[in-house]
Amino acid sequence: MNRIDAKFKELKEKGVPAFIPFITAGDPSLDTTRELILEFDRRGADMIELGVPYSDPIADGPVIQSSYYRALSSGIKLADILELVRDVRKKSEIPIVSMVSQSILFKYGCKEFVKNAVNAGLDGATIPDLPIEEAEEIIEAGKMKDFKVACFIAPTTTDDRVDLIVRKSQGFLYYISVVGITGSKNELAEELTNNIRKIKKATSLPVALGFGISTPEQARTAGKIADGVIVGSAIVREIEKHSNQESSILVNKVGEFVEELVNSTKNQN
Amino acid sequence: MKTMTNNNINQSEAFYAQNVPDKSGHFGEYGGKFVPETLMPALEQLEKEYLKAKEDPIFNKELKYYLNEYVGRPSPLYFARRLTEKLNGPKIYLKREDLNHTGAHKINNTMGQVLLAIRMGKKRIIAETGAGQHGVATATAAAMFGLECDVYMGEEDIRRQSLNVFKMKLLGANVIPVKTGSKTLKDATNEALRDWMSSVVNTHYIIGSVVGPHPYPVMVRDFQIVIGQEVREQIQSAEGRLPDYIIACVGGGSNAIGIFYPFIEDKDVKLIGVEAGGWGYDVGQHAATLSCGEKGVLHGSLSYVLQDDDGQTSQVHSISAGLDYPGVGPEHSYLKDIHRADYVSVTDDEAVEAFSMCARLEGIIPALEASHAIAYTVKFAPTLDKDKVIVINLSGSGDKDSFEVARKLGIDL
Ligand SMILES: Cc1ncc(COP(=O)(O)O)c(C=O)c1O
Repeated sequence: MNRIDAKFKELKEKGVPAFIPFITAGDPSLDTTRELILEFDRRGADMIELGVPYSDPIADGPVIQSSYYRALSSGIKLADILELVRDVRKKSEIPIVSMVSQSILFKYGCKEFVKNAVNAGLDGATIPDLPIEEAEEIIEAGKMKDFKVACFIAPTTTDDRVDLIVRKSQGFLYYISVVGITGSKNELAEELTNNIRKIKKATSLPVALGFGISTPEQARTAGKIADGVIVGSAIVREIEKHSNQESSILVNKVGEFVEELVNSTKNQN
Repeated sequence: MKTMTNNNINQSEAFYAQNVPDKSGHFGEYGGKFVPETLMPALEQLEKEYLKAKEDPIFNKELKYYLNEYVGRPSPLYFARRLTEKLNGPKIYLKREDLNHTGAHKINNTMGQVLLAIRMGKKRIIAETGAGQHGVATATAAAMFGLECDVYMGEEDIRRQSLNVFKMKLLGANVIPVKTGSKTLKDATNEALRDWMSSVVNTHYIIGSVVGPHPYPVMVRDFQIVIGQEVREQIQSAEGRLPDYIIACVGGGSNAIGIFYPFIEDKDVKLIGVEAGGWGYDVGQHAATLSCGEKGVLHGSLSYVLQDDDGQTSQVHSISAGLDYPGVGPEHSYLKDIHRADYVSVTDDEAVEAFSMCARLEGIIPALEASHAIAYTVKFAPTLDKDKVIVINLSGSGDKDSFEVARKLGIDL
């Protein structure tokens, strides 16, 4: 079974939500990224969302965009990132889903990407700039190899589109918790609960909540209503904050922050 | 035999108009919508409203009123006698988009889109700008209708186009400097799209060229085809026939498609787009997307793109801020592939030379963007017979470029 499916199944039986940290591959270096993934695994994260840096992201906020520039300044390529995943797989079975722009995917080729990603040990992908209408090819290529292409639903998504998206998405659904780009807003929108409830009626897929969740309190709230909680910018900001320090210190500091998020996500009383 | 040929042409005419782009905005394989889910409903709403407006006589009447009375259309098609004599080739006509209010073709589009924004009940306008012409045209239309206006502009372009920055501020717009990436048009576009993601409920994003996700490439084209429609009538009355060549510069491609489109079905009219060759043809030295690029996805559509083998956007360069862009409108990619239009390029130096030449010979200072189209004509015209006719789209005025050209020529203003 695909690691993503297995993980959500296991957590569902336990009745706890998944905590999913996002980091950018290669920020500040590929070696540090590998250590961060292993650290997050040890600290109780359930899955990793691994950002593939892109020069012109439109779906990401300024914090993640800066991390892309830092990563790209060392000249890393998609091939290096797949190599990194292969390396992680020697030590960890934590599910890893890549976040990759359609610009990169198109250039690399859908089928080629799925093949090489699966061989390296990636379990799925989210493609933030690929709406469902254009996603057929990658979803189908993914299905052939049990590679999960998870699709997005936004608060602005109309009911017709929700129906379409829940039918096509693989592995889980990624619900965008604020209208807008990745980043940190102080409150989680109120109507969120209702929207998630509506989606869960339409599908048995797990729903993960991301975009705009930055504090342990928000993670706790999000964990009450969704099957998974994704935190990106807040973690990337921690990495940036410690990027002048030795890698082991950075890994430990960011690990502590992630553990805090894990605990509040799971501690639902 | 002759009728047969005509029939075939008619069939293909109908084919283009009816099938390009298809319902989901694809020009052949190009175009489409590659944007975050958050924006999809906004694009759907925009498309619906646009299609309704396009068929609405009241909307069209209103747009025509503003284009005539405020923008100053129709713009003249001027016979450039001294340039023609100098090049000793075909007759050269200049389509004077520089004489529009705000000094470029950009306002044809912003008038249309602002009227559309008002129909959609959006109170705030955002835009990206490179040369600042689109920013000024947007700020102008927004000022006239009392809408709030934020314009994203790369820091590098703010430096090169300080006059336009000042004008936008005078017009009440807020100019937001973009410090990321190459600090030029592509980065301003990223930033504007990002703004729109979180403001879509009350904000309309006016893209300045035939780029971006569907429906922008079609919609902006439709607002610009007034250029070509006028040329068709004007050249008929001046020459009693259609031109042999139409030459326009291509940044995103809006002035070019605007003058090309009404002639797309006239296969004897050759369409030539001129891109920015910059300093030369190594990566990072030019912005000749169709000449040197490959298929890729940038800013919401599939088109030719200047990018590396990993899909990362390449650095580009042009002396002209309006052409300094690593992408191009999807319809141009399609026209290139079906060989309906040819795309060539000229260098910074050639453009600057044409800039001066046009000023001295015709008393018209052209925008550096349009100078690219003139520069190609300077090279190309002498190879043609004198009985041919060329129309150049003089997309804008060079007032905004005086400082940049002076700097390039080593003159301190
Ligand atoms: C005068 C002028 N011409 C041409 C362009 C290039 O844009 P497009 O290719 O969309 O016409 C610009 C863009 O700023 C411009 O200001």
